Amino acid sequence: MDAFTTHRGIVAPLDRANVDTDQIIPKQFLKSIKRTGFGPSAFFDWRYQIDGTPNPEFELNKPRYAERSILLTRNNFGCGSSREHAVWALAQDGYRAIVAPFRGEGDDHIPGFADIFKNNCSKNGVVTIELSEAAVEEIFQAVFAEEGLEATVNLEDQKLILHKASGDMVYSFEYDDSVKNKLVNGLDDIEESLQYMDDIKSFEQTHDTWMLS
Amino acid sequence: MAKTLFEKIWDRHLVRDLPDGTSLLYIDRHLVHEVTSPQAFEGLRLTGRNVRHPELTFSTMDHNVPTDENRLNIQDPISAAQVEALEKNCADFGINLYGIGDSRQGIVHVIGPELGITLPGLTMVCGDSHTSTHGAFGALAFGIGTSEVEHVLATQTLRQKKARTFKVEYTGKLSPHVHSKDMVLKLIGMIGTAGGTGSVFEFCGEAVRSLSMEARMTICNMSIEGGARAGLIAPDETTFEYITAKDRPFAPKGAELERALAQWRSLPSDPDAVFDRTLTIDASKIAPQVTWGTSPGMVIDVDQPVPGLNDVAGYSPADVRKALDYMGLESGQKMTDIRPDTIFIGSCTNSRIEDLRRAAAILKGRKKADSIKLLVVPGSHQVRLQAEAEGLDKVFKDAGAEWRWAGCSMCLAMNPDKLAPQERCASTSNRNFEGRQGAGGRTHLVSPEMAAAAAVEGHFVDIRTWNGGN
Repeated sequence: MDAFTTHRGIVAPLDRANVDTDQIIPKQFLKSIKRTGFGPSAFFDWRYQIDGTPNPEFELNKPRYAERSILLTRNNFGCGSSREHAVWALAQDGYRAIVAPFRGEGDDHIPGFADIFKNNCSKNGVVTIELSEAAVEEIFQAVFAEEGLEATVNLEDQKLILHKASGDMVYSFEYDDSVKNKLVNGLDDIEESLQYMDDIKSFEQTHDTWMLS
Repeated sequence: MAKTLFEKIWDRHLVRDLPDGTSLLYIDRHLVHEVTSPQAFEGLRLTGRNVRHPELTFSTMDHNVPTDENRLNIQDPISAAQVEALEKNCADFGINLYGIGDSRQGIVHVIGPELGITLPGLTMVCGDSHTSTHGAFGALAFGIGTSEVEHVLATQTLRQKKARTFKVEYTGKLSPHVHSKDMVLKLIGMIGTAGGTGSVFEFCGEAVRSLSMEARMTICNMSIEGGARAGLIAPDETTFEYITAKDRPFAPKGAELERALAQWRSLPSDPDAVFDRTLTIDASKIAPQVTWGTSPGMVIDVDQPVPGLNDVAGYSPADVRKALDYMGLESGQKMTDIRPDTIFIGSCTNSRIEDLRRAAAILKGRKKADSIKLLVVPGSHQVRLQAEAEGLDKVFKDAGAEWRWAGCSMCLAMNPDKLAPQERCASTSNRNFEGRQGAGGRTHLVSPEMAAAAAVEGHFVDIRTWNGGN
């Protein structure tokens, strides 16, 4: 996996909550046995009309977002199916980072991203950034107001910097240390885990899987 | 220290904590299907790695397989290629495969328990979010992405962070004809589709204890619709009876079984174990549930009207508007006036023998409404045989249903069974997302009994007060 340190790009808004992975990549594209070629199918049912031409109503199809690489959306993005194809599609469609809001605390907490999706992003170098609802709302308004608005994702410092004409706005975000280390250094999970093969073998000596031999 | 069921399973599978703050967790069973595995096997080939424990890895075909009489000849060349890829991968790496035409083939989450692959206290994964189903046995089971499938194939472990624990207690007894599907939909309506994110549910209480294994699987199956990757139910005599009553080829037997039972009996959460979050639901107050929108959290009691734009907690008026437009519904409309075109009884949520028995009990001696297309799809070949031995297939056919072969069928439209645009379906499956059952299709999630009654009447009914169409 390529290392991720910083990335600067245009921010595009997808003003919807609970976007599920069936929307991000519909089932007919899951039949592929390859890991590539999913980009043009991202958000397929929203993105294209029945005749296959781009749907002008779909916000991400607006010419001002043609060169976008940072997706701005609402909470619980990527819920539903575990299909990693959803992340492949977004990454291959040019997205390097996704920004979504968390809401509330404790029992009322609603995260920006669904668990499996977030995990899949971390395996593919796509950075998931969770900010407060107020911050995300502020960024939405800025993106609507200013064409071509860019932002920089600085993963090492855990900062999202919005480059507004009136000056930079800086948002700090929480990020899992273990995932950060992996992304910044471009580490391979399996390669790393295989280094613990002695531990795995010794665990297997006494562990009962109840499988008939 | 007192421990929850989740913590006991976690501790028993912890290979070691890693310097980066994650843990290496041992995986006892890895289920594989054709859709989410080809890229993982390709990754192994590219790096020259092998499958570490093929004997702990089990494979079947379910998403792409046709369920009609022509099921052995897949017409769609891309589906056929995916199925062939799995055959080759299983042959190359020495993995058990229950392919099309095999008497043990079926939906991966139906055959696991059926064959005794699923057992209490195990860790289980599959590249499929409904792997949570197996939690009904007290196994820690969850869905993973394809990169993680490759990781498990290569190492038999996963890198994980410990989840939070979320106890959901159902007190009291269910009303007649209200069942486990209604219990879990009710929960999702209460906490939303992100309410369980980062958590593992443990379902408990009187109403859970009295459920069969099939019904428990329905609840755990939809844990992911509540945002939790896994849901657990403590194993008890009902669990042990299920495992030992029939021949389950991969379940322990004899002295080995006695040893296993002793361990399994130590699994339930200690009485004073502390959960990160607890929610209590009075099961006696749960009404039959029907979804009205495009998210499983958009669900309501069948005797209530379609909600107004501002009446849905957790969804903005704009979200509700979008969902109603997609579904072709208006606020204030009675749910019991909604007329489906198609009824789908099947999927990893509700395609087991008990689900079919419940649907058949409603349909026996009755006919579907003329306007309705009724599809009954058993979850596995074994379920199909059992249903035919009990004469259920005849009940379904006499009612005007199509009686199919095993597969995921109309749950996700990766095979020939799918909805047309704007076609309305009462479905016993788990997801009512836009386009889930076919582009433009409209899905209402319900229990098998509610689905069967809607087939008879041509519209939804309150199964508690329904007079049987007389």
